[in-house]
Amino acid sequence: MSILVSIPTPLRTLTNNLDTVETDVATIGAMIDDLEKRYPGIKDRLVDPQGNIRRFVNIYVNGEDVRFLENQETPIHAKDEVSIVPAIAGG
Amino acid sequence: MGEVFFNQLKCRECGRPYPKKAIHVCEYDFGPLEADYDYVKIAAHINRGVIEKRPTSMWRYRELLPIDGEPTVGLKTGFTPLVQAGNLARALGVREVYVKNDTVNHPTLSFKDRVVGVALTRAKELGFHIVACASTGNLANSVAANAAAAGLESWVLIPSDLERSKILNSLVYGANVVGIRGPYDAVNRLCSEIAGKHGWGFVNVNLRPYYAEGSKTMGFEIVEQLGWRLPQHTVVPMASGSLLTKIYKAYQELQKVGLIPEAAVQPVIHGAQATGCSPISAAVKKNSDLIRPEPKPNTIAKSLAIGTPADGYYASRAIQSTGGYAEDVSDEEIIQGIRLLAETEGIFAETAGGVTTACAKKLIETGKIPPDASVVLCITGHGLKTADAVDVVLGQPRCIAPHLKEFDSLLAGASASAAA
Repeated sequence: MSILVSIPTPLRTLTNNLDTVETDVATIGAMIDDLEKRYPGIKDRLVDPQGNIRRFVNIYVNGEDVRFLENQETPIHAKDEVSIVPAIAGG
Repeated sequence: MGEVFFNQLKCRECGRPYPKKAIHVCEYDFGPLEADYDYVKIAAHINRGVIEKRPTSMWRYRELLPIDGEPTVGLKTGFTPLVQAGNLARALGVREVYVKNDTVNHPTLSFKDRVVGVALTRAKELGFHIVACASTGNLANSVAANAAAAGLESWVLIPSDLERSKILNSLVYGANVVGIRGPYDAVNRLCSEIAGKHGWGFVNVNLRPYYAEGSKTMGFEIVEQLGWRLPQHTVVPMASGSLLTKIYKAYQELQKVGLIPEAAVQPVIHGAQATGCSPISAAVKKNSDLIRPEPKPNTIAKSLAIGTPADGYYASRAIQSTGGYAEDVSDEEIIQGIRLLAETEGIFAETAGGVTTACAKKLIETGKIPPDASVVLCITGHGLKTADAVDVVLGQPRCIAPHLKEFDSLLAGASASAAA
């Protein structure tokens, strides 16, 4: 069974306007590489040149920011909900 | 003036340039956009003498603010007193304290008048007729008041459980006030969606690059009022972390444009939060810049209750790069802080001011601010805005009939209890 990844509006130009894509890999890092294979250019938008998730990009697994899990090593399983959400500026 | 010193917007992360429109996020990496100036041109255009001859408002630093023409909103805002606070210094056990007193800012008694004056001037330049904001209270008050004076329609969105006086202080100007059942972060998220859909000028969403720059004027004024001298230590309350980040930027810019000489030792900036919502101070204490959001802020300092601080990263970096620290204080300490400032200096600050004062006390007690130092406290809003918070501890006045005898016996009772 595959894992659903929700894509924010600004990145949908890269995913043929799909708001959700599927993956079946085992970690967040592998998911980013998997998305890059199918939607070239998306990795650079998510990850900085040093390989870290960009500061104003949040990736959540079941609502928890992966920065507070195991970052790109965070495991993902079938039925997990993964979402990519740009940080909201304000306040 | 006619001359333009403000070039463009620029992504703070990747540096990509953007036009000076109502946009706030880099399309590429989602970093915040920031105003970009021609500092060489500014340096050639202004000096201390030029600034000192101008009216005493925040607009005396107009070249360092992101507008194209002359200011049109909030013309009397800023240049609030910098009060030398000898009594407070003695109480805190530190050589010198100054209070930057934005409790008397014009027109709505908080530092938010600074950011709103800039945001609404820019909103008019960009052709907006409707302005709006997500707010913990003070910003709502200021948008409502300044929009009324500027002839703009306003919508202010606030958490529905705010202090009554902050709600009233928005309603009175005829603003559309909408209470949202949820914490500030939920209000903010909704405002992002509304801004996208309705195309209004949200001062702290799509106008944020302009709005945020207004906070620099607090830093500019501190330096000018100290006699064009950088303070040794500055204690700044943190909600989104924007004010602290911009005061840091103000100190840097004054050196960059030659209004003050390049400092050998940079001024130390400390952050202050309430323990019930302290994601930035928690990160600083761990020597980290990774901000863990606070999902359920719980503090009487509602104006600081932002669980997901947009500028938390930059604020923590600014603090750490200047050798500063961050503290946080309990509700009880906040009330003690309000009373200490009021009883020593006659300044009644809102809960955020209690946070700043109480955190300064901690920073001094723990040696983060040494006893021989000079400290500026940024006091950002008036106490009558959060009167509920102290109402419970202050008790009632003693009431008597209008007879001298009754007064004398009250006085005798008072001296007896003082002697005991």
